[in-house]
Amino acid sequence: METVLDALVSILFLGLGFAMVLYIVSVGLSLTMGLMGFVNLAHGAFAMAGGYIAVTLMNAYQVPFGLALAAAFVVVGLVSAVLERTLYARLYGVGELEQVLFTIGLIFMAEAILRKAFGPLPLPMHPPAILSGQLNLGFRTVPAYRAFLIVVSFVLILALWLGIDRTNFGARLRAAVDNRRMAEAIGIDTSLLFTMTFALGSGLAALGGGLGADILAIYPGYAVEYLVYFLMVVAVGGLGSIRGPFVAALVLGIGDTACKYLVPEFGAFFVYIVMIGLLIWRPAGLFGRA
Amino acid sequence: MTDPVIAALRQSRPRWIETIPWIVGVGGYFVFPDQLPFASQILITILFALSLDLVLGFAGIITLGQAPFYGTGAYAAGIYAIHVSQEPLSGLLVAAASAALVGAATGLIILRTHGLAQLMLTLAFATLLAEAANKASFITGGNDGLQGIAIDPIGGRFAFDMFGRTGYVYCLIVLFFGWLLLRVLLASPFGQSLVGIRENVTRMQAIGAPVAGRLLIAYTIGAALAGVAGGLLTQTTQFVGQSVMSFERSGEIVIILVFGGIGRIYGAFIGAAVYMIAQDQLAKSEPEFWNFWIGLILVLTVLFARGGILGLIDRLRGR
Amino acid sequence: MSAALETIGISKQFGALPVANDIHFRLEPGARHALIGPNGAGKTTLVNLLTGRLAPSAGRIMLNGGDITRLSQAARARRGLARTFQINNLFPALSVLENVRLAVAEHRGLFTPRRALIEEAFAILTRLGLEDVAATVVRELPYGKQRLVEIAIALAAEPSVLLLDEPAAGVPGGESGIIFDVIAQLPAGMAVLMIEHDMDLVFRFAQRITVMVRGSILVEGTPAEIAADPRVREVYLGTRAHG
Repeated sequence: METVLDALVSILFLGLGFAMVLYIVSVGLSLTMGLMGFVNLAHGAFAMAGGYIAVTLMNAYQVPFGLALAAAFVVVGLVSAVLERTLYARLYGVGELEQVLFTIGLIFMAEAILRKAFGPLPLPMHPPAILSGQLNLGFRTVPAYRAFLIVVSFVLILALWLGIDRTNFGARLRAAVDNRRMAEAIGIDTSLLFTMTFALGSGLAALGGGLGADILAIYPGYAVEYLVYFLMVVAVGGLGSIRGPFVAALVLGIGDTACKYLVPEFGAFFVYIVMIGLLIWRPAGLFGRA
Repeated sequence: MTDPVIAALRQSRPRWIETIPWIVGVGGYFVFPDQLPFASQILITILFALSLDLVLGFAGIITLGQAPFYGTGAYAAGIYAIHVSQEPLSGLLVAAASAALVGAATGLIILRTHGLAQLMLTLAFATLLAEAANKASFITGGNDGLQGIAIDPIGGRFAFDMFGRTGYVYCLIVLFFGWLLLRVLLASPFGQSLVGIRENVTRMQAIGAPVAGRLLIAYTIGAALAGVAGGLLTQTTQFVGQSVMSFERSGEIVIILVFGGIGRIYGAFIGAAVYMIAQDQLAKSEPEFWNFWIGLILVLTVLFARGGILGLIDRLRGR
Repeated sequence: MSAALETIGISKQFGALPVANDIHFRLEPGARHALIGPNGAGKTTLVNLLTGRLAPSAGRIMLNGGDITRLSQAARARRGLARTFQINNLFPALSVLENVRLAVAEHRGLFTPRRALIEEAFAILTRLGLEDVAATVVRELPYGKQRLVEIAIALAAEPSVLLLDEPAAGVPGGESGIIFDVIAQLPAGMAVLMIEHDMDLVFRFAQRITVMVRGSILVEGTPAEIAADPRVREVYLGTRAHG
């Protein structure tokens, strides 16, 4: 009985951590796809870049953890804003295939450059001393960093949700996602909104990449390998939805961890089968609009 | 008959320019006798790209999962040769049939959805099938692949030789028939209806077209053709590697078709030839950075040359 | 004799919002029937319910005596129910001939020889006076001609029931006469239901008129009856409001 409970707690813990990272990275994708109708398969590249920046700053330049993460957020946010203005904006309304191809091209380029600069191996991630080791919860110990990750993620997510629900920016964002033409008609500058949302989403992805470097290893193939997961979270959660991908991330994250833990041979199949099932049942995602 | 009617009838008639690929193909046999195995690879890739053109270019189904059909055909041909018979033509039939089966089964599910959900499903199935092939290593050889596949002489007379001569002619002939099938299909009312579905689904429904069924047929035929290409690969290289089912293979064939030009049939020819020759040349100098150039050209193609190479040629000719 | 097209108690709600209320509507074979009403009356909703674009919340739809309530758009089209769209819904990159040919191919079957399909498509174009632009790409046509192509595509199916959704919408005044001529020459056996705002067109065309208001049928009758009906005048002109 002890070991079953133990296993359950481990699964929940690991799965929750995984789910949180998935969500923080993917929520930006949900927003850009819902708001701009743009299929940005390169979204994972922003998470990857954020991971590289944060970890390199920490490892090579001894930058403190929090600062490194903040730097990743800001740098990637800014760079993505520039990319959006110069390149992405030309392709709005062009067609899904073109957007898919364009962003695949971007991932290829990013992967090649990073491989050249950093080599093919994953970057080792060393959390700061206070966050390493084990945390004693009384009935058992858990990895301290994972616990930190879960707590910080919750705080971040709460801040995001409050921000979108309570601020002007959030209100305008929700309006534009709901009905872009109407939003423009009442004077919302959708161009600027796009850029800000894109920057926010990419910055969050970078943050997720850095925070989650422990779970999703930072290496040049990151964007391609985890693309399926990010897309899954968004597709199942529903484009443009903020809450939907959270539920999706929980289901997929905890489910994936559980299956890999319990059935190592076939655990990887779980997520795909569930996603296929969910998409057949609700093609617009759990919380999306048809 | 009035002029417009004559013009419409003439439209799908073959034009002399369409013989060029075959002249090049036959000529290649004599001009590049030491490069025949590589040339066969190009022919196989062209067939693979043609299968994608039917699905993506004409039926308008955006898919990142065409490689599973290629891979299924490859594995089916390999397993057939090892366990049942080494006869090549029946092996190709088995490859086509297996791929068609997988295509129809996944198509039934995928084609109920549109947009991102559909794209996701193609991706999901692609990854799922690749994983499955990996896990079923007792039939597929897993990471090591299927090795030592021996193939009987074609028709009992033409043995596969070391220089790849038989292989090349074999691939050329199979490609010819694959191309012919596609050419006839796409010029037919069925093919025209696919274009109609791609252009305006609602209107097609309003005129009574059973859209889902049509798309499923197109998707299945595309899968079968990809399966034949995979079977050819197995029979000419006598080996099936794991990469045959990979997402990279799916992405690569989409890129090849986009470079050449989607929905033009000959985009597949040009795209495959250019890509593989370029890859062969550049891979020698810097294999790692190949992906960067591919990515860059893809980005530039989307931004400035959306019709691919054929589109550029059109623009140069002032169309 | 059964109606060409009939709805029995058709209702449609979007959530709590009723857009069609218990509509009993009959279209007789060979009818020349117009459906009018102010904006938002539910006319296009009714057409979408009839063609299968929308599923009803309640009620049944009968086509030539057969129940088509559960059938898809395409299935209804194959049974002889054709429609045109209020806003041109064509294949803009294809030529006029190719547009109509697609429809002919669906009607005659995909194994019909190409020549037969092309000749029949061309014959339809000729009947509508479009033979000169047969080779023209649709998006390069003037709007009025595009409206005619809309009708040509619908006619290719040799339907027993034709639903025309505002055929003259967006057509400049001078060109709507051609549209009317085409409609006037439709086969006598075909039941035609037309939604229109152009009252000139309506009164020249219709033998029967149905007036819809707020999702329900207000009144139905001959053009003379409708023109004289005070309720209709009120709905359009608000006479009561002005005392």
